[in-house]
Amino acid sequence: MARSTAERKAIRSLVWLLVIIIALIAANGASVLFNNGQWTPKLALDLEGGTQIILSPQIASGEEVTQEQLDQAVAIIRQRVDAGGVSEAEINTQGGQNIVVSIPGEPDDETLERIQSSAKLEFRAVLIADLASNSVIGDEGATDPEAESDPEATDGASTDDPSAVPSDEPSAEPTPSASPTDASDLAWITPERQELFDSFDCASLDVVGANVAPVDEPLVTCEQDSSIKYILGPVEVAGERIADARSGLIASSTGVTTNEWGVFIEFDADGTQQFRTVTERLVSRVGVQNQFAIVLDGRVISAPRTISAITDGRPQISGNFTEESAQVLADQLKFGALPIGFEVQSSENISATLGVSQLQSGIIAGIIGLILVALYGFFQYRALGGVVVASLVVAAIVTYLIITYLSNQQGYRLSLAGVAGLVISIGVIADSFIVYFERIRDELRDGRSVDGAVMAGWKRAFRTILISDVINFIAAVVLFVLAVGNVRGFAFTLGITTVVDLIIVIMFTHPLMVLLGRTSFFGGGHPLSGLDPKALGAVYRGRAQFRAPAGVSSVKVASSSREAQRRQTIAERKAAEANGERKDER
Amino acid sequence: MSRLTQFGNDLYTGARSFDFVGKRRIWYAIAALFVILAIGLTALRGGFVFGIEFRGGSEFRVQGTTAVEQGSAAATAIAVDAVNTVVAGSNPRVSIVGGDSVRVQTEQLTPAETDEVRAALAEAYGVSESEVSSSFIGATWGADITRQAILALVVFLVLASLVMAVYFRTWKMAAAAIVALFHDLIVTTGVYGVLGLEITPAAVIGFLTILGYSLYDTVVVFDKVRENTSEDGAESRRTFAQSVNLAVNQTLVRSINTSIVAVLPTAAILFIGSLLLGAGTLRDIALALFIGTIVGTYSSIFLAAPLYVHLRENEPEVKKQGTRPRVVRTESGAVR
Repeated sequence: MARSTAERKAIRSLVWLLVIIIALIAANGASVLFNNGQWTPKLALDLEGGTQIILSPQIASGEEVTQEQLDQAVAIIRQRVDAGGVSEAEINTQGGQNIVVSIPGEPDDETLERIQSSAKLEFRAVLIADLASNSVIGDEGATDPEAESDPEATDGASTDDPSAVPSDEPSAEPTPSASPTDASDLAWITPERQELFDSFDCASLDVVGANVAPVDEPLVTCEQDSSIKYILGPVEVAGERIADARSGLIASSTGVTTNEWGVFIEFDADGTQQFRTVTERLVSRVGVQNQFAIVLDGRVISAPRTISAITDGRPQISGNFTEESAQVLADQLKFGALPIGFEVQSSENISATLGVSQLQSGIIAGIIGLILVALYGFFQYRALGGVVVASLVVAAIVTYLIITYLSNQQGYRLSLAGVAGLVISIGVIADSFIVYFERIRDELRDGRSVDGAVMAGWKRAFRTILISDVINFIAAVVLFVLAVGNVRGFAFTLGITTVVDLIIVIMFTHPLMVLLGRTSFFGGGHPLSGLDPKALGAVYRGRAQFRAPAGVSSVKVASSSREAQRRQTIAERKAAEANGERKDER
Repeated sequence: MSRLTQFGNDLYTGARSFDFVGKRRIWYAIAALFVILAIGLTALRGGFVFGIEFRGGSEFRVQGTTAVEQGSAAATAIAVDAVNTVVAGSNPRVSIVGGDSVRVQTEQLTPAETDEVRAALAEAYGVSESEVSSSFIGATWGADITRQAILALVVFLVLASLVMAVYFRTWKMAAAAIVALFHDLIVTTGVYGVLGLEITPAAVIGFLTILGYSLYDTVVVFDKVRENTSEDGAESRRTFAQSVNLAVNQTLVRSINTSIVAVLPTAAILFIGSLLLGAGTLRDIALALFIGTIVGTYSSIFLAAPLYVHLRENEPEVKKQGTRPRVVRTESGAVR
């Protein structure tokens, strides 16, 4: 009865494993069919060829980069790379502070420059602004950036010198002329531009790459969140002219700090002059033409109204800022688009042929490793070597499917270090079989039947396998979370194979051993089975009594037979006592 | 059955036994000697040699050139000339890797210079420009890796110690395992230091992976130790030290087998990595692991187990257990 229960359990485990494998195949098949997935894992740049740039933040010592800043930077760099039409680029944070940009193939210089340069920030006058047709404003209320340009919400871009009165001639309705006279001249709006503006869809901004225009040409673009679309005049002040920007609480005209947040900009000498010209002109305009847009990488991040001309190069922008949004805008102004400055830490260009040859080498190493382990398995454990090979093959299939699945679903890419991790894991996985087999042999040495040895050996081996896998898994997780560079790829595969190891040993190797233990070849302890009790020094004497190997001192014999006795079950011991006479005869 | 099986049988029954615990002063001395040699010789050599990732600089790799066949001196000269046409007075480090690749390391170049050097190298070696890989590494990159690696080491040690202390229900096992781990790390990095092998990020991966490996092996041995010593109970015939020693002997074959199996794939990578690719990620990871696995096995048996006995020897309970066996042994002699 007990026999069949164990057997049934073993078969059930194997069936479950098969179900898992089929489920993984199905999951991968689904991504291949519906999600542009593929049946092979995606490869990292060192195997595929391509360019990898690592950007590290420029921060004063002791300062820490926040995850938020990093995420923001990643999002902006992603926009820039996508704007270059590069597909399949990967932009990730790494080790909590670096940003890794991986581009397949060899990117053109423009793309590289765009990634490495700080943001393109420019100030342009607003010519026309309109709610974007695809915008979803209305329900967002106060957080709508439109509020910034809303007269009611705007306290005003004030100045230290409120007496600076508009000097420009007020012209509420400038008549379009043949050629524009200044940056705010509506003559910039040609019929083509008007048409482009009318049909402009903010959602397609990146796709068409429309938000790029020469500095001396108008620009059709949108608010950062696509809520408002604009036609902007030519660039009047470039972002480099900003010397400093910070956020803070705005002081009222009497010098009392209010509880309203604002952004304070400081221009350099040229910028002061340029900005003065702009504000002096804009302050007299009405409607949207009173606004100037701060354009970052082709998108409007803010379009404040001009309340007075700024002559000292120290404008302040107020509006519906929270402490956070003021900080974000200040950072954007100060560092360009990026919330923190980044510098290129390392850049690597791997030729495709080098990648292919590295992958080949990794695979060859894996095959050689597998063959060596298999040979050693057969040498040490005879037919059980077959169990080692079968288990390794099943482990390889499961690992491959999991990695392909993660590659399809999570964008995981297999790197050379990852391949090294896979090859090395052959040893880790085979180690657990050895722990198990040696345990079974120990039990056989103690005189158990093959059947009993498999079960008893499993109980003890499992504990050892579990704790060592836990230790290995901790190592992998710690490396993955904390380490930088290609350590992660390695840690990742090592972690996965540790889990696979547990699954295989529980759901495949052990059930297989249980079933094999019932066969006459293994169960009967055939000399080639690797489970031959005789070769293991256990000589059957009836009722679990065994003679110790010859040539051993009497003390040792005494201790080892006592050892055998001690390991008996109560029933075995009673039976042994009943057979006491036979024992004395020998 | 193989001889190892017979050997295993004898070790298991105690027919044959190595005195790992009793002769521990010898093993301690050897381990201490290794550690001192590793540190001392590395210091004498002038410290570690760090790879370009730690120094900063530019690196080029020319793939599939026939120039190597004309001898390494000739191939090297080609590279030096090519680099000097772009950056005059440059003194690049050139090495031949694998069968048909050349690695050229220079000081940091600007992106424009990098492009020019790539073109110059491609022309000089008669390969297309796409066969030339280039990389540039800022000098602070290595500092980042090092800091993160040390952080990873510390966090891992704390977590692993906790898990082991909980699993084995004694901090002393965890402590012994950690000491053995440090021995493994120092000796392995020492091999790099003594031989003047370049420490690259890939080698650092190797060093960090030794963490897991070294403990894996120690855990397998300690699991048997725990089993033997907890089975001993009050009526044990063995002293605590004898129990531990028997456990180590009984797991010896297992330790040897697991280590060989762990080393085999590592050796395959090392072989392929050095033969086909030359110095690179594969070889650097594998070399560190190759040394670390062997040292890790040695230290589990010769260092961790004796150390554990050492740590527990002075516990009153263990001392008491040590007095009993002599009596039992004489009794057993009398009965027989």
